Amino acid sequence: MSSFFKYFSDLFKGVKSLLKGMAVTNRYFFSPGEIVTEQYPENRNKMKMYDRFKGEVIMIHNEHNQHHCTGCGICETSCPNGSIEIISKRIDLPDGKKERVIDKHIYHLGMCTFCGLCVKNCPSHALAFGQRFEHAVYDRTKLNKILNHPGSSIIKDIEE
Amino acid sequence: MNKDINAPAKQAEEVEYHVNMGPQHPSTHGVLRLCLTLEGEIIEKLEPHCGYIHRGIEKMCEKDTYQQIIHLSDRTDYVAAHMNNHAVCLLVENALQIEVPERVKYIRTIMDEMTRIQSHLLWWGCYGMDLGGMTCFFYGFRDREKILDIWEETTGARFLQSYYTPGGLMQDIHPNFQKRVKEFLKYFSKKLSDFDNILSNNVIFLERSRGVGYLSREDAINYGITGPSGRGSGFACDVRKRFPYSMYDKVDFKEILRDEGDTLARYQVRMDEMRESMHIIEQLIDNIPAGDYSAKMKPVIKLPEGEYYQRVETARGELGIYCISDGNKTPYRWKFRSPCFSNLSVLDRISRKCKIADLIAISGSLDLIIPDIDR
Repeated sequence: MSSFFKYFSDLFKGVKSLLKGMAVTNRYFFSPGEIVTEQYPENRNKMKMYDRFKGEVIMIHNEHNQHHCTGCGICETSCPNGSIEIISKRIDLPDGKKERVIDKHIYHLGMCTFCGLCVKNCPSHALAFGQRFEHAVYDRTKLNKILNHPGSSIIKDIEE
Repeated sequence: MNKDINAPAKQAEEVEYHVNMGPQHPSTHGVLRLCLTLEGEIIEKLEPHCGYIHRGIEKMCEKDTYQQIIHLSDRTDYVAAHMNNHAVCLLVENALQIEVPERVKYIRTIMDEMTRIQSHLLWWGCYGMDLGGMTCFFYGFRDREKILDIWEETTGARFLQSYYTPGGLMQDIHPNFQKRVKEFLKYFSKKLSDFDNILSNNVIFLERSRGVGYLSREDAINYGITGPSGRGSGFACDVRKRFPYSMYDKVDFKEILRDEGDTLARYQVRMDEMRESMHIIEQLIDNIPAGDYSAKMKPVIKLPEGEYYQRVETARGELGIYCISDGNKTPYRWKFRSPCFSNLSVLDRISRKCKIADLIAISGSLDLIIPDIDR
């Protein structure tokens, strides 16, 4: 007899627990509160990433197409997987001396793990993280970027 | 083919057969191959085959400097990246006997506990989904998203943050950080009752998990099962209590222990741990002291010659790092004692004589992260 009652009490308890779970989902169904889903390709224009978001490494240029990079190579040595290559050149100064300046700052986005060591270790604060994150391309050679803009030069003295 | 056709029919029934579960089975959440020897539906033997996502991280660590190892340690147990970073940082700091600022200790402890909450949330969602409750997956990921959003604002990344660095942090916390964490705690404390209603008290879930996959306390100790899986069997193995680091010796929290040792006990330990983590964050979040976010470190870190071991309680158990240094800027040998690898070793023991359908519940309750097993 007791097993008979236990059978029905278990049945009712089970159905009750299922209804409790259903109540939770029903509550969200009829009163969603806030909608957390974002409609991604539609909201591209309004979307704003956080300032610290690590989308890609960029070199900061001012309005005169000048940057702070001296070509010291600290970012190259601190990079754990060789995503950064520095190619420097020697130029003749008007007073006859030679100076080593940066020719190409090559950045392999496809290899980068966004650890942030290059940006943190740069002594002249030439590098920063950009917020662009749509990096998909059809050819991976397009992920090899040259960070210094064409024709750019180094900011000689601190004007700002 | 010279089968004895007159052999009794019984022999044909007794033949055991093999089934591969994985390497791309959806419930292993990664590339783990379990070779099952079955008799009917009953599991007679289980052999895990690892190595499908082996990347040689330990060897790669040996050519990296100690700052660079941080980003590789992210990629072992990627759901709890902050805690892996913490282990590397503590190892270097203890070897060099550097005292990090109080502010760093507070922030690291808060970040670790947030990691624990989000890791358990991800596990809760996936575990519910494995056992047939798709809603759990959405609710778990919805709330986890809020933590990831807070991290994105402070660390710049959602998943593999590389936020800790030997001696401190990469950057200071964002001015909004404290406000948003408090908002999250307020929001999340209400949601936990929803989780209980939808899964913890659900009769189907309880019937599938109670008494399944029993792990005794002796076995937990013998196999080195740490973390919530070990504590579900009554093995008091919480590194935060036994070998406190950062702020864990100053905050008040309970070590969740259960004696049942079955799948349900491991589940309940994790659910209670989320509440304890919230309790820890509540104690710390208002009292973060002012100060530097990093100790003064040399640009090239060289550990003195010797052997070092550092353990940290991650969301899955004890993560140990063993390092031999020969005085150079890179380690001579670097070894991760990852919790998932040890936890996987007991899967054969606890799933024998279980039904094959129960294996999903058992392996899910161990909370295995496959890249942490293979490294």
